[in-house]
Amino acid sequence: MAIYLLRRIFLLFVTILGVSIIIFALMRVVPGNIADVLFESSGYIDQVQKAKIEAELGLDKPLIQQYLSWLGHLLTGDFGFSYMSERPAIDEILPRLPVTFKLAALTLFFTIIFGIPLGVWSAVKQNGLVDNALRVVTLSALSLPSFWCGLLVLMFSVHVFGVIPIYSNEPRSIFHELFLLSIPALVVGFRSSALIVRLTRSSMLEVLRQDYIRTARAKGVSESTIHYRHALKNAILPIITLLGIEASHLMGGLVVIETVFNIPGLGRYLVEAIRWRDYPIVQNIVLFSACAVVMTNFIVDMLYAVIDPRIKYVD
Amino acid sequence: MEKLINEFSNHIHVSNLAEAAVLEVENLKTYFFVKQGVVKAVDDFSFSLKSGDKLAIVGESGCGKSMTALSVLRLVPNPPGRIVSGSIKLDGKDLLQMSESEMRNIRGNRISMIFQEPMTSLNPVLSIAQQIGEALILHQKLSDKDAFDRSVELLKLVKIPEPLRRAREYPHQLSGGMRQRVMTAMALACNPQVLLADEPTTALDVTIQAQILDLIMELQDRLGTAVVLITHDLGVVAETSERVIVMYGGKKVEEANVNDIFAMPLHPYTQGLLAAVPKLTTLSGKESYSKRLQEIPGIVPALVNLPDACTFAPRCAFATDICRHEYPPYTNISSSHKVACWHVAKVC
Repeated sequence: MAIYLLRRIFLLFVTILGVSIIIFALMRVVPGNIADVLFESSGYIDQVQKAKIEAELGLDKPLIQQYLSWLGHLLTGDFGFSYMSERPAIDEILPRLPVTFKLAALTLFFTIIFGIPLGVWSAVKQNGLVDNALRVVTLSALSLPSFWCGLLVLMFSVHVFGVIPIYSNEPRSIFHELFLLSIPALVVGFRSSALIVRLTRSSMLEVLRQDYIRTARAKGVSESTIHYRHALKNAILPIITLLGIEASHLMGGLVVIETVFNIPGLGRYLVEAIRWRDYPIVQNIVLFSACAVVMTNFIVDMLYAVIDPRIKYVD
Repeated sequence: MEKLINEFSNHIHVSNLAEAAVLEVENLKTYFFVKQGVVKAVDDFSFSLKSGDKLAIVGESGCGKSMTALSVLRLVPNPPGRIVSGSIKLDGKDLLQMSESEMRNIRGNRISMIFQEPMTSLNPVLSIAQQIGEALILHQKLSDKDAFDRSVELLKLVKIPEPLRRAREYPHQLSGGMRQRVMTAMALACNPQVLLADEPTTALDVTIQAQILDLIMELQDRLGTAVVLITHDLGVVAETSERVIVMYGGKKVEEANVNDIFAMPLHPYTQGLLAAVPKLTTLSGKESYSKRLQEIPGIVPALVNLPDACTFAPRCAFATDICRHEYPPYTNISSSHKVACWHVAKVC
């Protein structure tokens, strides 16, 4: 087990190193750099000035050298400077993290508390009224884009209550902030919980047919205990996999929904940074998302072993 | 006070057990309503059990044996299945009139069941102790700790080596025979009055089969449980049972003491079954080839939309017109031997 963990952690670093190469290369493939973007607005390019800016930012050096210098600085904890604000990149990214994290956590929370019980209910009442109603609701949730739903919610709120519940820079309290975040979280959670409902339903149907469910009934166990203790524990592995994917996706930022609800999170900022070819910001945010993905994967794998005694990680 | 009364009534009830039937099934009909029509899985089936009885229900696969047992626990999958009529009385109280929660109090507590498939009948993600202890926590209101200790004792009772270690393990760490022992421990956890054993040894190696049967019978003698053993193996019947019911096409075709069934089988189907059992003398070739091993011609009928006739008629050498038009009444040969056949006289 210890050796397995060590190997996993080593591989984690290898993956992130690979990701760093890909991000770096992709950003350089995109035409233009910060200097081009700056001159674009003024309509002409002053070659002397451009060369000066590039030299200042180190963009004139060979690509390999640029990459190694980024990596070297990262290892010493130096994330570089944002080209846009000329402040340390870390100071730009860190304040935006909690907002994204809260939004992701809320969304995941809604996804779980709606997705799993409704999925179980749907499976238990297979082909019943509830199941059919949920099928319609989940299919529509999956086919409606989140940003469109978000816009509808905003328009509805303006029309009925006369207020627009978008994120303001200074929420009055933590509860006010949670309230403002829970609206986009519900909008995004609507879609991802629909996914979880569908998956939970099919996974539960598979398990409810098993012999050991009949054994539990023959012991006199109540139906709800059968559903949650005997069946769900067996059905939950694929659900956890999907939740892991959703979680890492959410931590990468929800670009469109953050734009719709004016949330100062990572996603919206990332798009802005890409537009300005703000390499240090883009590279570090994407690297951070990659870390989040790799870490959630790792946690999901560990959860498998906790939930299913048949899964053991051996050296 | 209530507890005292309960104990007292239990006492009376034990002294009465010798005469009164523990379980009385009368005219049970369990039908399945499928697209093609009505499947009469159990049709007009009756039997009764006294405390400590050893009853075997024998028949080919698909004849309704398992459905009879599931009906007694009211666990017939619904839809499509449903108990249409009849009564199942436990100590005189009809289970079919009970609410679902009253029924849950019976299951695993006063009537329990051992299933055919030890490999798939245990929950893979719950530990052995959790699965045995569940019934104890539910019915006897034991604490988690006491339930665990009792589970270890039960594992010892079913002769599992190192019970303390096994209690903490999961089903995948146990062999098939051990899992069936665990199933037995689970079924006996609350000292049930009736144990339904649905082909408990079919999925096991022959050597293990004998061990499990011996175990069930030994525990029955010790605990005084009435056992219904469902099987297709006549060898098992001869070794373990006192009374036998032969089932065919959802109906009881013959009922007798075990000696009578082997010495004087009256229904053509019972005779066919017995003739199909290989004997040492026939196998060693001492008798002529034609006598080596008999089979019953034809196949088990699909039970969909059966006419009201003898279900065995299409395969029976003695069948006449009346067999194809009317189900025969039971003929009582003696107080313990009855058979449903129009041609009893001719057959014997």
